Amino acid sequence: MARLGWEPLAGLWREMENFRREMDRLLERWGWEGYGWPSLTAGYPPINVWEDEANVYAELELPGMALEDLEIYVTGRNQLSIKGERKAPQVEKGTWLRQERPFGSFHRIVTLPVDVEADKVEARLQNGVLTIVMPKCEEAKPRKITVKAV
Amino acid sequence: MANIVKREHRGEVTAAEPVRTVTYSPPVDVVETADELRLYADLPGVRPEDLDIRFENGELTLHAKVAPRPEKGEFLLREYGVGDFYRTFTISEEIDSDKISAELTQGVLVLHLPKREAVKPKRITVKTS
Repeated sequence: MARLGWEPLAGLWREMENFRREMDRLLERWGWEGYGWPSLTAGYPPINVWEDEANVYAELELPGMALEDLEIYVTGRNQLSIKGERKAPQVEKGTWLRQERPFGSFHRIVTLPVDVEADKVEARLQNGVLTIVMPKCEEAKPRKITVKAV
Repeated sequence: MANIVKREHRGEVTAAEPVRTVTYSPPVDVVETADELRLYADLPGVRPEDLDIRFENGELTLHAKVAPRPEKGEFLLREYGVGDFYRTFTISEEIDSDKISAELTQGVLVLHLPKREAVKPKRITVKTS
């Protein structure tokens, strides 16, 4: 009886939790020391997430960065966190005529819609594109249910 | 039908067409020194063989082909689009076009545009009589 009553509330709770996280991120952005990352969109750097039957994939464009500059981890089975700092090139002499590329520190946290195997997550950085492959937990994989005719 | 995605951090989207044909304008930094103009461009996902750089009559053109990513799968979150990069610049400085050089490392292009000898600043020594 109690369970039935709690189901819709659980959904609401999750919504509120998401909202809180959004707010935290906003505050974090206002308070941080980095510069250059545009502040009008949901978060920086932008992220694409997709899935197939076996894995969830996340991709970010991080040109000029090395894997050593990044901290990538999955916590609580569905929280992907990417942290790093993109440094501006060192220019000893000269005048900047144009400065459009974003630099500074960033931290993005994304809640994945399915649980993943945190210890089997793999990341690769190729031509400035970071791809994170996260194998889905066995329970999260789609299962074909055979329907028997009676 | 494919979605139309605007990529804010890239500046303007040059064509409001389906994702596969959208061309993005890459962000650039330009530094001028006594000897050269140095241009940095963010071109994530671009390999050296996909990049075409031209310099003619004071006009510099960057064009990079980018294959769509991902090849398969279903999107859960889509905050940016993937497409070709294209941008042109008019350069008023006299450039020694034979000595232009470029490196592409981890999606960042560094392009060196050396100034012609005649336009380099020269130090004039003033002698006392």
